[in-house]
Amino acid sequence: MSTSETIARRPSQLFRNLSAKIASLPMILTALVVFLGSTAWTIVYSFTNSKLLPRLKFVGLDQYERLWAQSRWLTSIENLLVYGVLSLVFSFIIGFILAALLDQKIRFEGVFRTIFLYPFALSFVVTGLTWQWILNPDFGVQRIVRAIGWTSFTFNPLYDQRIVIYGILIAGLWQGTGLIMCLMLAGLRGIDEDIWKAARVDGIPTWKTYVFIVIPMMRPVFITTLVIVASGIVRLYDLVVAQTSGGPGGASEVPAKYVYDYMFLAQNLGQGFAASTMMLLSVAIIVVPWAYLEFGGKKRG
Amino acid sequence: MRFECTAALAAGIALGLSGGAQAADLEVTHWWTSGGEAAAVAEFAKAFDATGNKWIDGAIAGGGSTARPVMVSRITGGSPMAATQFNTGRQAEELVEAGLMRDFTDLAEKEDWKSFIRPVSLLEGCTVDGKVYCVPVNIHSWQWLWLSNKAFEDAGVPVPTNWDEFVAAGPALEKAGKIPLAIGGQSWQTTGAFNVLIPAIAGKDVFLKVYQDHDAEAAAGPEIAKVFKAADDARRMSAKSNVQDWNQATNLVITGQAGGQIMGDWAQGEFQVAGQVAGKDYTCLPGLGVNELISTGGDSFYFPKLDDADKTAAQEVLASTMLNPATQVAFNLKKGSVPVRGDVDVSAANDCMKKGLEILAKGNIIPDTNQLNTEDTNNQLNDLFVEFFKTPSLTPEEAQKRFAAIIASAD
Amino acid sequence: MADVQTLNMVAAGVDPASDRLSGPRGARPRRTLSRRNIFIYGTLILVAVYYLIPLYVMIVTSLKGMPEIRLGNIFAPPVEITFEPWVKAWATACTGLNCDGLSRGFWNSVQITVPSVIFSIGVASINGYALANWRFKGADTFFTILIVGAFIPYQVMIYPIVILLREIGLYGTLWGLVIVHSIFGMPILTLLFRNYFSSVPEELFKAARVDGAGFWRIYFVIMLPMALPIFVVAIIIQITGIWNDFLFGVIYTKPDTYPMTVQLNNIVNSVQGVKEYNVNMAATILTGLVPLIVYFVSGKLFVRGIAAGAVKG
Repeated sequence: MSTSETIARRPSQLFRNLSAKIASLPMILTALVVFLGSTAWTIVYSFTNSKLLPRLKFVGLDQYERLWAQSRWLTSIENLLVYGVLSLVFSFIIGFILAALLDQKIRFEGVFRTIFLYPFALSFVVTGLTWQWILNPDFGVQRIVRAIGWTSFTFNPLYDQRIVIYGILIAGLWQGTGLIMCLMLAGLRGIDEDIWKAARVDGIPTWKTYVFIVIPMMRPVFITTLVIVASGIVRLYDLVVAQTSGGPGGASEVPAKYVYDYMFLAQNLGQGFAASTMMLLSVAIIVVPWAYLEFGGKKRG
Repeated sequence: MRFECTAALAAGIALGLSGGAQAADLEVTHWWTSGGEAAAVAEFAKAFDATGNKWIDGAIAGGGSTARPVMVSRITGGSPMAATQFNTGRQAEELVEAGLMRDFTDLAEKEDWKSFIRPVSLLEGCTVDGKVYCVPVNIHSWQWLWLSNKAFEDAGVPVPTNWDEFVAAGPALEKAGKIPLAIGGQSWQTTGAFNVLIPAIAGKDVFLKVYQDHDAEAAAGPEIAKVFKAADDARRMSAKSNVQDWNQATNLVITGQAGGQIMGDWAQGEFQVAGQVAGKDYTCLPGLGVNELISTGGDSFYFPKLDDADKTAAQEVLASTMLNPATQVAFNLKKGSVPVRGDVDVSAANDCMKKGLEILAKGNIIPDTNQLNTEDTNNQLNDLFVEFFKTPSLTPEEAQKRFAAIIASAD
Repeated sequence: MADVQTLNMVAAGVDPASDRLSGPRGARPRRTLSRRNIFIYGTLILVAVYYLIPLYVMIVTSLKGMPEIRLGNIFAPPVEITFEPWVKAWATACTGLNCDGLSRGFWNSVQITVPSVIFSIGVASINGYALANWRFKGADTFFTILIVGAFIPYQVMIYPIVILLREIGLYGTLWGLVIVHSIFGMPILTLLFRNYFSSVPEELFKAARVDGAGFWRIYFVIMLPMALPIFVVAIIIQITGIWNDFLFGVIYTKPDTYPMTVQLNNIVNSVQGVKEYNVNMAATILTGLVPLIVYFVSGKLFVRGIAAGAVKG
């Protein structure tokens, strides 16, 4: 995301830059009207009792009180936390290990990379339906293992409340780990060859070089990847809809689905707006510090 | 088929009545996608096409809970369809209040809907401030227990005649490798099952107190506690039910893999499509065989206001067609529901439907929860019951507390 | 178009985080069949198998008849290969009375994707160009809002956009959806183009200015031809992103313009009797086919695209 500020600033006369300003109108409109405007609109209306149609009848924090009293919302938050933390941890570990392995001057690197990354080209709907099929207890993995002879084997994540979120996690990791690997690989290739040479001369074991030298050097890559992946996780929706529809018994509900269901299904816009505002808040907690470091803290170029 | 001709003929008359309007293509949205439902909706389409207009089918799969959001956002988003299904009741309440729906009072008076639509509550459900905004097309009742005769035969027990016998037969069914009670994973199915248990176990008065008066005390009371006990039985018996859609659950009953299912009379359409005969292959127990009451919910069609004059005229033709006697019979026989007209010949109805008609004639009816609760309340109930039915650790007592809280906040 | 190698080299200037995929830098492996090599290749092959299994299962399932699926094991190759599920998924699977399978969704998706890709990239490239070469007062502020906006959960903006589209009369239309895709594609694409145009030598730009070329002339005559590789990256990002979209498709279109993903979900959830898993899997593969082809054909550029496009999520 680096940018060189080498281009000369044009004098800020209105006429000279008119074309540029006109050309930037879509961006200005998007930034102001859509991003800022709609976000503000949603926040304002989250304090109203809008039902099917938005109306400005303010009810204070009622919607938020109700939201946090809903066991479904609490389950959603819990699921998102479990899914988010585990998917970050596993996708980073697996992604990094795969990237490190691919970085060993191996043959067929391109083939392996192609295989690890292809699920990322698929949509969450496709991913969800595929794994729904593989994890189907009557036809999929469970039946296969039982057919081999282990008849008491039970692996039924999509129909078991306690582990359903892990069933979704398996699909999510399959789809997304390739991306992390890719970003990590780019990061590894950014490490100076001399570092490796120096480490080898000093007789430092490879794993130590990774843990103590390379990973700390890759900090910016890690942080950027983290922000990208984390804000994607908050949006988790399609995968759940396709794989479990939030079931069984609401055990795999997620905040994004809560928002959709309340806005459009329960005809309670206010409640949906309150929930989406909470989502915004959680993203802000992740993004604002990063944005500050990236754009505000230091000058680049 | 007999109906085809009569439907076409009658539809032709309907066209004549509406007077020389240009034919138009009308997009009609609904969530009727199961085998029986699709066959039923085809009757509407056929009858409407016979008027010279064209039915553009806008089926949305995944049940009402997937479809209604799409319908509502299209209407509020200013890109309305020409007609859309909603459940008879309060689902479109705000859309009507916002002035987005077309007023059909004139047509209703001209055709004198009041004289033949029964029970009157149906038309009342369509009426806001004395004006008629929708066309009820069928009467559906929730209060049915569908039993697979084959499953009970396999288990070596007689087919139960009421809920208690059914619960008692549970272990035998389980021993024979059957799922005693099939319930799909969609949340409205669990709420529906619970709402069926209320009048069967606690009686009509309690049902009305809870849902009509929104009496939180009654909801927290001992009668409802009994209902939760029964629901606890139901959840134990349905623990192994691994399907999502209601018709997949019905299919478990049809194939004898499950003992029974609590589901509305639309399940009948599925038995019919599968070629099963009531009384021989399957048994139906209205009111769970305990308290023979049925609710008079169903489906109604609403017609959003449109700019196009031809389409507006065609909307009236569609409304008339849907209420036309021949169409009513053809549609409802396929759908497994009861016609909204009291004056049509339903001798072709099967045993189960006849049972329903009898109860209806006796006036043993209750309003449907869709007529009593807002979508917001129903959705909260859905969240509660889907959790209750799939979470053994959620005790009936705890669930009842939450139930009472929802009723207390309902409006 | 230039050959792929050149494209890659030029595109390498795109993003410092993503352009270094051409030379492994790890410790040099021994040539022999050492324990280390066995470990590396063993792990990679195992993981590769895991990644390929779902694709394999999908394909195998889609080629079986239902009786075989009920009896057999999902990993077993089909005893009797049938293409019927594919035909059904494409041409005759029903949603309600509409029994034209996924084909309709496919054409809808094409109709949505093509203008969305062209429109969004057109707008974003001009934005990026203006930001990089014609900076005006306040431009940076708008750009920062845009980038931060990329992280706002869509759910926050869904409803106000319904209202906006209704007000301009585009709700439920194809163009409404094109605008939505352009809006949500704008942050990442603008970033991409801005960074790219910033790296163009200043002398070139200055010389053109001296010759009296204006904003549009410089864009079309100098910048556009030079930026071809980055356009390819942008096209890849957009095609896959828009094709795979589900949420916007569900909210901002109507049933007869549903994109393929939404229709797929409908067909799979539209059960008449028993679930036809073979048809479902064929439908699923069909839906994933376009982005997969884009992926396999574009190879390294795709990698570069997603490394830059990941922001879009």
